[in-house]
This record gives sequence, structure tokens and C-alpha cells, in this order.
Amino acid sequence: MNQWKNFTKGFIKENPVFVLLLGMCPTLGTTTSAINGLGMGLATAFVLTMSNLVISLVKNVIPDKVRIPSFIVIIASFVTIVDLSMNAYLPALHKQLGLFIPLIVVNCIVLGRAEAFASKNSIGSSILDGLGMGLGFTFALFLLGTTREILGSGSFLGMKFIGDNDGMLVFVLAPGAFIALGYLIAIINKLKKA
Amino acid sequence: MAKKVESTFLSMVLTLLIITLVASAALAYVYKVTKGPIEQSMLKKKLDAIGKVVPQFTNNPNAEMYKLMAYDNSDSLEIYPAKKDGKLVGYAVKTFTNKGFGGLVELMVGFTPDFTITNIEVLSHTETPGLGSKMTTAKFKDQFKEKNPKDFKLVVKKDGGDVDAITAATISSRAFCDAVDRAFKTLTKEDK
Amino acid sequence: MEYVVIIIAAIFVHNIVLSQFLGVCPFLGVSNKISTSVGMTGAVIFVMTIATIVTWLLNQYILMPYNIVFLKTISYILVIAALVQMVEIILKKVSPSLYQALGVYLPLITTNCAVLGVALLVVQKEMNLMESTVFAIATGIGFGLALVIFAGLREHLDLMNVPKGMKGVPIALVTAGILALAFMGFANLV
Repeated sequence: MNQWKNFTKGFIKENPVFVLLLGMCPTLGTTTSAINGLGMGLATAFVLTMSNLVISLVKNVIPDKVRIPSFIVIIASFVTIVDLSMNAYLPALHKQLGLFIPLIVVNCIVLGRAEAFASKNSIGSSILDGLGMGLGFTFALFLLGTTREILGSGSFLGMKFIGDNDGMLVFVLAPGAFIALGYLIAIINKLKKA
Repeated sequence: MAKKVESTFLSMVLTLLIITLVASAALAYVYKVTKGPIEQSMLKKKLDAIGKVVPQFTNNPNAEMYKLMAYDNSDSLEIYPAKKDGKLVGYAVKTFTNKGFGGLVELMVGFTPDFTITNIEVLSHTETPGLGSKMTTAKFKDQFKEKNPKDFKLVVKKDGGDVDAITAATISSRAFCDAVDRAFKTLTKEDK
Repeated sequence: MEYVVIIIAAIFVHNIVLSQFLGVCPFLGVSNKISTSVGMTGAVIFVMTIATIVTWLLNQYILMPYNIVFLKTISYILVIAALVQMVEIILKKVSPSLYQALGVYLPLITTNCAVLGVALLVVQKEMNLMESTVFAIATGIGFGLALVIFAGLREHLDLMNVPKGMKGVPIALVTAGILALAFMGFANLV
């Protein structure tokens, strides 16, 4: 496929969250606000792009039988880099995202793209694939985060527009995450068909 | 099409070894680079909290920090004495409780030299948003200001004390009291 | 007594799937039949418990003393991957039928965020070895409970008249949300 299609497929057509239904755990767990969703999405996008790059670079020197463990070490390294860097330079966000940062390593999207794409394609294509999927993931998280923040806290990007009152708290809690995501997927499916 | 490397035992072990070594080296480097900034931001957070709970001071409370074993021997607390021109103006006590709804809650409680509470800063918590999380609001915390636990019972009203609990968040409120009480009892026991 | 609190909290109050969002992928993927759910749960409890014990020991006696805690993520996930491989090999020999039934879901336990999540949680909560083991087993049971209840609900959903737009994943998610809401009722148990 041409490179533009390669890059943009991650946004709508093959959006990892809404269409491929991958990476559900961080999607539900870190979207209590738009900023958190955005931060998590970008952290994952970084890991995805960098690991796609490195894996595509070394794909021909790795023996087939050990490719999954090798991919895992490469991905885990970038996850650790993100973890340490966020702790140092963005401590507030790091605290909010908590456990989900190291959990990027088991995000099915990352290992999935490494196995399905980066191990079989050129470096350039792999970078674009990683970037596109990562940004599509970020878009999904930002959308869900915004929805939950507006409904649940009555604010957007931290700015409250309902004064001191509480919003529909359930959306900031666990059940609301499931319900909001369910409806979002239904809406997006409808839009795709339209 | 480049030829793929064969999966012999040697090539597999060697590959994994090399990848792991390179990864570990890279990470050790990043760890070293970020170690300083991480410690800095943790220290800054602590000093900010101390500044919010004790009156103005001229010393370095962090340098004069000492630890005291909590009165119930659960863990040790960090006491930060605040001094102005050599004279003691207050204590900042880093206390905790494990009885929060979500687990650990850490507070920085400020006391005057005669052990009256000046202010309280929540350092960390994982309480429910909209309910227990309200423990960080002035509305809840202000009731502790200028109270001396000698006369102000650090227990929620429901349990016979003087503290107004957060509506629908009794567990979090109780935990908060537990932490403040721990700070008071530990600080004052050294005076007994 | 402490252990009873840990167990009840792990299974009901802070259920790993319905309240902590870990293990959601297999939760949505494997739960359409009760029988596969039960098999999956057994495998998960086994891997989760052993992984927690091994990684706890790794952290306590190697990572912390040698000041290489920053290698935690890498070492933990490698341990888990190796364990899953071992379970696969053992299962193939001991119970080929169960191995067949679980199929592709077995290697997926490696990427089950719940397994890595629990290993990381016990360190974060500063639990000792005994507490960590109990916590891991209880969490696995909680995972299984959520999975089996959900499978039961889904088997019913399949027979109902769901509006076209909500069919499949959307209605499953909303149902999971209501189930999570129900579990929130356990909040003041401990």
C-alpha cells in the first residue's frame, strides 16, 4: 500500500482500539481525563514507533525461534526509558498513569504490530505504521478521556465548566469506563457504515 | 531478500545475550541520567509540602530531619523541624495510614511547638474520585486548623469524636484521622 | 485475619478486571463460553501465582540488593514469558484436551496485563512473600469469577434482541459496566 495509506490507516479504518479491539486495559484504565488519555497515548505511540524501528532494523539478524523474546526485550527497554523519563520530567502525569506505564509492554498493539508488520517490512514503512497506529491509539484515548471527563467531572483539559459541582461521577469510575467505551464503539461503527 | 539467520542453539543464545546486554547498557545510561531529576522533583515536592504546613522558617528542615518510631510501632515517621533564626517555630511530620479505602494515604501535618495543628497537606492517596478524594479540599481540612489534639478528638463524629466526616466517605475520613493521630501521638511521645 | 481481608478485597472489592481494568482483553475475548472461561481461569491462576512468587524473589534478592531495579519491567516480562512456555509444554503432556481447548489463548496469557500487573502491584503495596502469594491466588480467583459470570451473561445476550448498532462488543462492554457497577456494591465489606 502507499505510504500515506500506511500512515493513516491507524486513525479510523484500522484504529487499534475501536476497530481492532486491542489495548483495552490502558484504554479503560487511564482515560479518567483528556490529559491522562493523551499522555498515555503519546507514551505508547513513542514505544510503538521506536520498537517498530529497531525491530525492523534487526529483523534479519534475529533467528526465527527467538524472535518473540527478542521483540519483548526491545519493547520492554523502550517502555523502561519512557517510565524513567516520565518520572524525571513529568512526575505528575507519571503518578496519574501509575501502573499502566510499565504495562505498555503487554499492550497487545505493540507486540502485535512488531510481529505483524515491523518484522516483515522496511524501516521506513515500519516507522510510519508505528506512528500511525500510535497516533490512532492516542486519538481513541483522547476521545474516550474527553467523554469521561466532560460527563464525569464537568471539565475539559482540567478546566471546569460546572463550577464546584460534581458531574456524573460514575463515568470517572470503573463502570463508566466500560459503558462509555461501549457506546463510543457503537457510534463509530455507525459512522463507518454511513 | 536478505537471508534470515538460522535458528541454531548458538545463534539463539548469542542473539538473546547480545540484545539483553545492549538493552541493559542503554537502560543503565538512561537510569543514570534521570536519577538526578527524579530525586530533585521528589525533594521539591517534600519541601513544598513542608512550606505549606509550617510557619515561615530560615533553616533547612530536610537537613535536620529525624525519624521517630510511630507510637504503635507500625513504621517510622519523618519529623522535619522548622526553625527561624535558630528558634523552633514548628514541626512538619510526614505521616501515613494504611486504612484508606484505596490503601495508603500519606500526609504532611504541621504543628506549632506546643503541638497545635497548623495545616495539613495530602501527599498521596488513591481514594475514590469525588468521594474520598475530597480529603484534599479546604472544606474538609480546614476543620483541623488551630486545633490541639489534646482537646480536639481526632475521631469522626460518628465514632464519638470531633471530626466532621466527608459525606459518603467515612472510611477515607477515618483513615485521614488515623494518620493525623499517628503524627500527633508519635511527635508527643518523645516528650513523655 | 489479615489474609481474609486481602482475599475478600482482591476478589470482590478491588476485582482485578471490573475495578482495576487488568485482564480486560481475555475477559472480552474468551468469555463467550463458560467452559473455556473456567479452563482459562485455571491456567491464569497457576501462571499468576508462580509468576508473582518468582518475580517477588527476583526483586527481593537480585534487583534491590544490586541496585538494578530499573530492569524490573524487562526481567519480569521475560520471567512471565518463560513460565507461559513451560505451562504450555507441561499442559501438552498432561492434558492434551485442555491444551486444545485453550488453543491460542494460552500464549496470550503472557500479554495478559493482569499477570504482570499483579507482580508489580505486590511490590508497590510492599507485601511480603506470603501475602503476595495469597494476593495472587485471590486475584486469579477474582479474575475467574468475573470471567465466568460474564460468560454466563453473554450466553444469554446471544439469544436476545440487541439493536443492530450495539451487537457484539458494544453491548458486551455496557454489560461489563453494569457488572462493574454491581461489584462496587461490595465497597464497604472491608
